[in-house]
Amino acid sequence: MAARNYNLTELMICVASRLMPDSTTVFIGTGIPMLAAALAQKLHAPNLIPIFEFGGIGATLEELPLAVGEYNTFRKALAASGICDIMETATRGFIEYGFLGGAQIDPYGNLNSTVIGDYRRPKVRLPGSGGANDVGSLCWRTIIIMRHDRRRFVEKVDFITTPGYLWGPGAREAVGLPKGSGPYRVVTNLALLGFDEETKRMKLLATHPGITVQDVIENTGFELIIPDKVEQTEPPTEEELRVLREEIDPRGLYISKG
Amino acid sequence: MLEFEIVEEGQGKLIQPPDIEAFREWNRQKPKALVDKLMTEQEAISRFVHDGDYLATELYGTVRCPMSLTREIIRQGKKDLRIAGQGVLELDLLLAAGLVKQVEITYIGLEVYGVSSALRRAVESGQVEVVSDWSNGAIAWRFKAAAMGVPFIPVRSMLGSDTLKSSAAKVVKCPFTGQKVALLPALIVDVALIHVHRADRYGNAQIEGISGFAFELARAAKRLIISAEEIVPTEEIRRYPDRTIIPYFLVDAVVHAPFGSHPGEMCYCYARDEDIIREWAESSQTEEGAKAFLEKYVYSVRNHQEYLEKIGWERLEKLREKAEKRR
Repeated sequence: MAARNYNLTELMICVASRLMPDSTTVFIGTGIPMLAAALAQKLHAPNLIPIFEFGGIGATLEELPLAVGEYNTFRKALAASGICDIMETATRGFIEYGFLGGAQIDPYGNLNSTVIGDYRRPKVRLPGSGGANDVGSLCWRTIIIMRHDRRRFVEKVDFITTPGYLWGPGAREAVGLPKGSGPYRVVTNLALLGFDEETKRMKLLATHPGITVQDVIENTGFELIIPDKVEQTEPPTEEELRVLREEIDPRGLYISKG
Repeated sequence: MLEFEIVEEGQGKLIQPPDIEAFREWNRQKPKALVDKLMTEQEAISRFVHDGDYLATELYGTVRCPMSLTREIIRQGKKDLRIAGQGVLELDLLLAAGLVKQVEITYIGLEVYGVSSALRRAVESGQVEVVSDWSNGAIAWRFKAAAMGVPFIPVRSMLGSDTLKSSAAKVVKCPFTGQKVALLPALIVDVALIHVHRADRYGNAQIEGISGFAFELARAAKRLIISAEEIVPTEEIRRYPDRTIIPYFLVDAVVHAPFGSHPGEMCYCYARDEDIIREWAESSQTEEGAKAFLEKYVYSVRNHQEYLEKIGWERLEKLREKAEKRR
């Protein structure tokens, strides 16, 4: 049954979680991806294999990890190795999905989490790549989770921390990135987006309940591909919300942020 | 024969070029005898960390991190440090204390609590120079190259990105296949700090849970200080030698530091101290707040023992119980 009272963070988590099929490997970073993976494991994907950069493989996500190396990233896991092994596992093609965030994204899914402004004289110095560049370079399909507004969805990012499709079709292969890899979905508080097969530019797939195509266009700082048929996202179910609120984030660390 | 052609070069400076021959010579003169290296934080830091050193810490500031050693560096005011930036709390404290000169950065932030205000102040004011940007994988692989004793390592990360352009990596075409790969220079650091679950007096060290990049960093450092939750007899080490991730000859100093990762966690031993981590996230938003935090938790105590007493044993015991319950 569809729920009525939910906030947009909860909706993003539910949408992201539904993108995680059972018995697949997913590279998980801090924040919403952790909640989405935990939700997927508890509902439709009990054998989802979360992989964390500092060594956790196949953890049972009963409690929310607060850091990418903390105990919950390898609690009741199948293996606990180290960062080189994890990144090399991704290099060898074992990791299907990688989840990422960022401060800016462009039409090709290139992500910035390094600086706002000039690199040498930054207006804002952000944390830097962390594992993001490795995830976006080496996993088969990356799924990006971000807030949707014109400051974040920009024609040109200030700095490409993590490569998307760079400048278009064939670009990833041309620079030496693994063949057949790249951005797959973008989950925002307004919509679910994908990438056009031919041009590799971002394309609207579905709008969230109560959001119009026009809302999405107005909040995007570049030209989006709008297909003839735009789907509507299924709202969170009562069950999804209950698990999320009661079992995964009972203290409201993330979901209370709205 | 295919050429070894350089396709692209990062513009970042290489502040610690790898000298693998000098590294071999250095390692040759390190004592191979089983000598007692057990000492206090004060002695270890004063003997093995110098102003201007290139320093690296492992793992992350909230997870199995050498926090007692980091706090001692701050008390001793070791300055002009150059650091490989893969850090949370530990590098934040060093930055806030004004001891860092240059940083090769991968990620300095507060994870769940967002961006690092200490990093922002240091970099945006020009007080600290970001000499290059890398990915987490790249920095770990640079340690791995050093651990292999080779000058560089080919990887498939960073290609096509500004992260590569801001690093000191080079892109070449592989001489065997023609495939483009990024070559990362080995990173041999002057001194590394690693916190472990147990070690003997000679430095044979064992870690539980994920190993992060402890294996690689331990082998990429000219000097290595180990802090350990527990000091065990060598017979204990010899009983399960397969658990030894760091053999003694890599190690210069062994420090007994129970709760050495506090306020971070130590898997199977104690949970993270959320209130103090949050306290740092909040107080570090201003320079005065950061200074007050350092005064309260670092400068006002003389050593790790006093720090633990200040935190309070009852509180620490609760963190142990929390970890025990989660097993």
